[in-house]
Amino acid sequence: MSKGFKDFGEFQFDVLKEIGNIGAGNAATALSKLISKEIDMKVPQVQIVGFNDIADSVGGAENVVVAVFLRIEGDIPGNMFFLMSLNSAHSLIKETLGMEPAGEELTELEKSALCEVGNILIGSYLSSLADFTQLNLQPSVPALAIDMAGAILSYGLIELGQSGDYALAIDTVFFEGNEEVQGHFFLLPDPAYLGKIFLALGVPLE
Amino acid sequence: MNIVKVGMADLNVATNPDRIRTTGLGSCVGVTLFDQVTKIGGMAHVMLPTSTLGKGELNIAKYADTAIPKLISDLEKRGANRRRLVAKLAGGAQMFSFSSSSDIMRIGPRNVDACKEALKKEGIRILSEDTGGNWGRTIEMDCATGSLHIRTVNQGVKEI
Repeated sequence: MSKGFKDFGEFQFDVLKEIGNIGAGNAATALSKLISKEIDMKVPQVQIVGFNDIADSVGGAENVVVAVFLRIEGDIPGNMFFLMSLNSAHSLIKETLGMEPAGEELTELEKSALCEVGNILIGSYLSSLADFTQLNLQPSVPALAIDMAGAILSYGLIELGQSGDYALAIDTVFFEGNEEVQGHFFLLPDPAYLGKIFLALGVPLE
Repeated sequence: MNIVKVGMADLNVATNPDRIRTTGLGSCVGVTLFDQVTKIGGMAHVMLPTSTLGKGELNIAKYADTAIPKLISDLEKRGANRRRLVAKLAGGAQMFSFSSSSDIMRIGPRNVDACKEALKKEGIRILSEDTGGNWGRTIEMDCATGSLHIRTVNQGVKEI
């Protein structure tokens, strides 16, 4: 179904953008409550990207990022990432734990706090999506990594790699007013199930 | 001196005095082959263990079992002698730890095994390796010497 990408028209892309909007909007609200600050969002980007380009939107393959990853099972399997820079992670730790990070290297407590924040945000992203589409989406337990963006994102492409060299990425950026906290949601649905998303939303795939 | 780049699921060849590099290896494996006499080297960024996993159009640089024979033949075309080729491996990490039993989650170690298997089949000796762990790597081979430079975020820098 990777060749199905070619069948996408502007309308399909708009629908996928809206999916990013709804999911990330919900997650941004959750974050806003968590840190009691206003959160803004950019219009989601929906792109069919080559494997070598996917890390570009987060500063390139070698750029160090903090990532929470989980696998989605159910009606539309896929991979989900919540990515942010180390600076944003430090600000987020300050906001959620109410204390400055102990040092450059994050402690286990700080990592687990970030993992939990990521889990809450991805969870609210997915639950709004499940409500909206009436599809069954089950997130796996989340995992955290702090490493090169290329090494991290490629992990989410392995499954896709079996059927092609391109991924459909729904990428939404949100930021706190003064941009101290900025994060990316990446939703990488398995291409074979994209038809189900459209079907659930009553969009014909022509 | 130029730096020849190798993308994900890609392979390339370079000669002295150039260097050849690939960035952000996670569970993928970087395989380098080098001929010390002609100073011709090649690198493959292998993403999956076997081409039997492929469902669509086959990108032979993506799979261990197809990328390695292709890299050898590309090196031969540039004048390398396959009997002199030696290999180095890096990557094959497990970036995230899950308790899941799913095979796809263990892809790093499987990629390493598949690369070793493919090299053995071609009768190519593995000189050194830096594989496993749960961290990403950027690797660069110097075609003047064949040494492989490995950079990580938290595990420092090393040469193999």
